[in-house]
Amino acid sequence: MKHAYYPGCSLMVSNKPYDASVRAVARKLGYEMAELVDWNCCGATAYMSVRELSAFVVSARNLALAEQLKFDDIITACSACYTTLNKTNHYLAENPRLRARVAAALDAAGLGYSGGIQVRHFLDVMVNDIGQEAIKAKVVRKLTGLKVAPYYGCQITRPFATFDDPEQPTSMDLLLSWTGAEPVTFSLKTRCCGGMLMSTYPKVALDLVRALLAHATDAGAQLIVTACPLCQLNLEAYQSQVNSRFATNFALPIAYFTQVVGYALGFPTKELMLHKALVPTEPVFAGLRGG
Amino acid sequence: MPATSRELDLNRLRQVFLENVYSIPGGEKIDLCIQCGTCSGSCPTSAAMDYTPREIIAAFRAGMLDRVLRSNTLWLCASCYSCAARCPSGIKLTDVMYELKRLAIAYGLYAPNATAPNLSKEFIAVINKYGRNAETELMTRYHLKSSPLGLVGLAPFGLRMLARGRLPITPDSISPQGRQQIRKMLDTCQDGGGQR
Repeated sequence: MKHAYYPGCSLMVSNKPYDASVRAVARKLGYEMAELVDWNCCGATAYMSVRELSAFVVSARNLALAEQLKFDDIITACSACYTTLNKTNHYLAENPRLRARVAAALDAAGLGYSGGIQVRHFLDVMVNDIGQEAIKAKVVRKLTGLKVAPYYGCQITRPFATFDDPEQPTSMDLLLSWTGAEPVTFSLKTRCCGGMLMSTYPKVALDLVRALLAHATDAGAQLIVTACPLCQLNLEAYQSQVNSRFATNFALPIAYFTQVVGYALGFPTKELMLHKALVPTEPVFAGLRGG
Repeated sequence: MPATSRELDLNRLRQVFLENVYSIPGGEKIDLCIQCGTCSGSCPTSAAMDYTPREIIAAFRAGMLDRVLRSNTLWLCASCYSCAARCPSGIKLTDVMYELKRLAIAYGLYAPNATAPNLSKEFIAVINKYGRNAETELMTRYHLKSSPLGLVGLAPFGLRMLARGRLPITPDSISPQGRQQIRKMLDTCQDGGGQR
C-alpha cells in the first residue's frame, strides 16, 4: 500500500503543531506516507456550501493527483478535509451528472480521476492499521494518571462514519488508554465546537465552546484531546474570550491526539511543538509521576 | 385570477429548490419528512435560529421558502451533520441547508446583517487565487468587508498566535502550474451563483 499524506491548509501554519506531531508519530511507528505534492484546498465547507460544482472540482484535483502518482489512499488528520474529500468521492460515485461535469473540468487541466482513492483519517490509521500492539510496544513514557477528555467533534464520524460510531465513538479513548492515560466520560465528545461560526456568529460559537470546556472540567479532565484543527483552535484560542464573556476561569489545555501519543512515545515536547500552545500544555505532562 | 410576479417568483423558487435538492444523492428523501423534530433537537445552534431545521421543511411545504432564505437559519448551520446522522427518514438536511445558502445568494435574499456569505465569498476568492487558504489574508478581507472594527478586536488574538509562530505572514500557495490547472478547471464550471 502506498499512502499519500494530505496535511490540509490549517496544518500549515495555525495548526503547525498538529502537522509536526502527525509526522513524528508516523515516523516513529514506521508508518510510511509521502506528502501529496502540490495538493490544494479540499473544497472546504465555506466553499462547498455555496459554490458546489467548483468546490467538487477543486477537491477532485487532489484525488486525481493521488491517483496519477499511484497512491492507494489519502491520509489526513484534519476532520474537515476528511469529510470534504470523502464527500467528493461519495458524490462522484453516486451522481453520474456530477461525475461527468467534474471529469470535464479535470480534463481541461490534463487530469482524470477514476474513483480509486480511499480517504482516511490518521486516527483510523493509528487505531486500526498500526494498532494496539505496535503502539504499546513503543510507549516509553506511561501517562499513568493523566485524565483526558477525548473530543471527537463532528466531521470525523459524520456524515461518513466508516471506522467509528457517529454517536458514541471510542477509537480515541482506546488509543489514549494504550498510553496509560485515563479517558474520562465526556458526554459532549461529539458535540460541535461551532466551526467557522466563531468568525460569523461568535456569541453562538463561544457558548458552544463554553459548554465543552465546562463538561470536560466537570468530568475531571486535565486535558482535552482533539483530532481536528478547528476544534483545537476554537477550544484553545478563544478560551480567554469564553472566560471574559461568561465570567468563568477555564484554563484547560487542548492537545492533538498525536501530541499526547507522541509524548508517550518519548518525543521531546519541543519536537511535538507542545510549547506553541496558547494555554500551556507542558505543565500537565511535567506533572506526571510515571516514567 | 392572474398570478402576481411575486407569486410567480415563489413558485419558481420552490421548483428550483426541489430540483436541486433532488439532484443530491438521496435528496428525494426530503419528501419523507414526518416533522418529528429530531433534527431541531439535535442541532447545537437551533436555539439561536429564526426557524429550526424542522421548520425549514414545514415552511417549504407551506410555500414560505422566501422567509427561510431571509432568516439567519441557513448561516447558523455549522455543518456538524447531527441532524443528517439522526434523521429517521434519512434526509440530508446539511445538504438542504447548503442548497438554501446557494439560493439565498443567487436571489440576493439573505439578511443584510448575515456576514457568512461574505466569509464564503472571500474564502472562495482566496482558494481560487492561491489553491490554499491564506488565513491572514482571508480574515483581513472578510473583516474589511463585514466589520472593520472586528479587525481591531482580533489584534490580541493575532499577536498571541504570531508570538507562537501560528499566524501566517505570507500566503501559502501551490505551484504556478497547479494554479493554472485550477484556473482551467474552474473556467469549465458555471456555478457562479445558486445554479449547479
